Formats: sequence, C-alpha cells, structure tokens
Amino acid sequence: MKVRVHVSLKPGVLDPQGRAVHHALEGMGFEGVTDVRVGRLIELDVADGTSDAALDDMCRKLLANMVIENYRIEKAETV
Amino acid sequence: MAGLRAAVITFPGSNCDRDMAVALEKVSGTAPLRVWHGDADLPDRLDLIALPGGFSYGDYLRSGAMAAKSPIMRSVIRAADRGVPVLGVCNGFQVLTEAGLLPGALLRNAGQNFVCRTVPLRVENSQSLFTGGYAAGTTIHIPVAHHDGNFFADAETLDRIEGEGRVAFRYLDTVNGSQRDIAGILNADGNVLGMMPHPERAIEADHGGIDGRALFESAIRGLVDA
Repeated sequence: MKVRVHVSLKPGVLDPQGRAVHHALEGMGFEGVTDVRVGRLIELDVADGTSDAALDDMCRKLLANMVIENYRIEKAETV
Repeated sequence: MAGLRAAVITFPGSNCDRDMAVALEKVSGTAPLRVWHGDADLPDRLDLIALPGGFSYGDYLRSGAMAAKSPIMRSVIRAADRGVPVLGVCNGFQVLTEAGLLPGALLRNAGQNFVCRTVPLRVENSQSLFTGGYAAGTTIHIPVAHHDGNFFADAETLDRIEGEGRVAFRYLDTVNGSQRDIAGILNADGNVLGMMPHPERAIEADHGGIDGRALFESAIRGLVDA
C-alpha cells in the first residue's frame, strides 16, 4: 500500500524558504501570489493492512515534528 | 580537577566531537570516553554526557531528527531522566529538542543564511551547573556556526521557560531570528543544557577568546567536587 504523508509548517511558524520562493515568483513577474509555504512530501510503501494508528505513530514520532509541523496522511491504493 | 567521567557521543556527520573532547580534557585533565551512536548502552557511572555539533545524518528530514532516534539516544534520555548532566551544542541542541529532552525546535535561520561568527551573549541564568561560573547579566562572546538555529516555541512554552529561569543565554544582536533571542535553554531540572553557540571553540587564547571556558569549569567543579 502506498501512503503519502504531507508535512507542512504550522500556521504562524516563520517559513523563510517559502518567503524566498515568494519573492522569486514576484521577481519573475508572477502576480497575485499572496503567500508561499514550503512543505515536504514523504511517500511510504507499507504492508497492506497497516493501521491508521501505526501511520499516525510514525508521523508523530519521526516524520513530523509536532512542535512546528502538521501532517496529513493520504492513502493511495493505486498511486 | 581530575577524574571526570564524561562521554562525547559521535553520530555519523558529527564534526565537533573532537573539539568537545579536547575542551573537556583540557579543562578537566581527563580525556572523555568516546561513544558511537550505534552503541545501545552508555558507559556506566557517567558524570557528564556531551552531544557535539555537526550535521548528524546530513540533517536529513530535520536537523537532529534522525540522531534523536538512534539507539544511544534511548540511553541518553534515561540518563538525563536520572539527573545525569547533558550538554548539547549546536547540532547537539537540535538533537535534544528532537528527542524531547528540551522544549521547542530549531528552524532554518530567518535570514536563510548560514551564520558563522562570534556573537555576544548575555548570561541569563547563572545558577545552573553549567552556568554557575558566570555572573548573571554578564556579556560573553562565543562563536556560532549554524544554518538551523532559529529557536521556536509557542508563546505559552516561551512564557513558561522564561518564568522558570530556564533561558540560559540570550543573543545580544540579531543572529538567526530566534524567538526572544534565545540562544540556550535548560530543562526543568537544570541538568540538560542546549545551546547553539560553541563554548568548546572559546577555551584558549589562541581561539580568540576564552569565554567558553567557565562553562566547562563550572560544570566540572560541580561534578567532581560533589
């Protein structure tokens, strides 16, 4: 089973990388971009039947730092 | 001052472990034990554990994240919980936050740049094992060298650690965007110190300054005389 974990900085946590990307987009002439936040996508290949609780545990203990980040788990059987 | 039984932990990608070991030996007269991250157990009867600077695991995932889950860190966490003093410098500070031994997290520097220079710090807490050699409010000059030193915690956590006197050192100029200019913090029991500046790089005149020496002297005096 393929699982995608989307990790993003919590609202309010400064994202200097996102800010730099935002400035670059503006510098390239793209208009109407009001904010950019850069996150991380982690793709896992796990045994079928891996429980949601186990996936949550992986996210909380390693894949995301709950002090600064949120995560979202996307299970994609046919990715 | 001899007989200090200290351990310096080396992770793959640590690069200040030698400097930390030299600093501990110069100040205490006894060479620390060197411990590899894959070891499951620490040497027994340790007086002090040091987590050095560097780029453990290439800063993969987040700085310090992988090292915090390495086998030796389970033993370090148990030792810290028993009251064994733990000093984490730079990447060692990042490992301590990722391991949950210290609150908060260290984000990318607000200016996006790697910062490498000697910075002035104010000693905020002069009562701990590690900071007892300084007078409160003293300004000291210690080198920093990091990309991810921007200390972040939520406002409630910041208020709590400030209120409990757990801010050990504060930057006196703009270095990396840290919340409330925090450069180093203590755990609730005061036996764990994490700091981004490198005291081990300021213990001899040839380093350009010796302001880091009192940190090691203070800790060693407290441990060996105890």
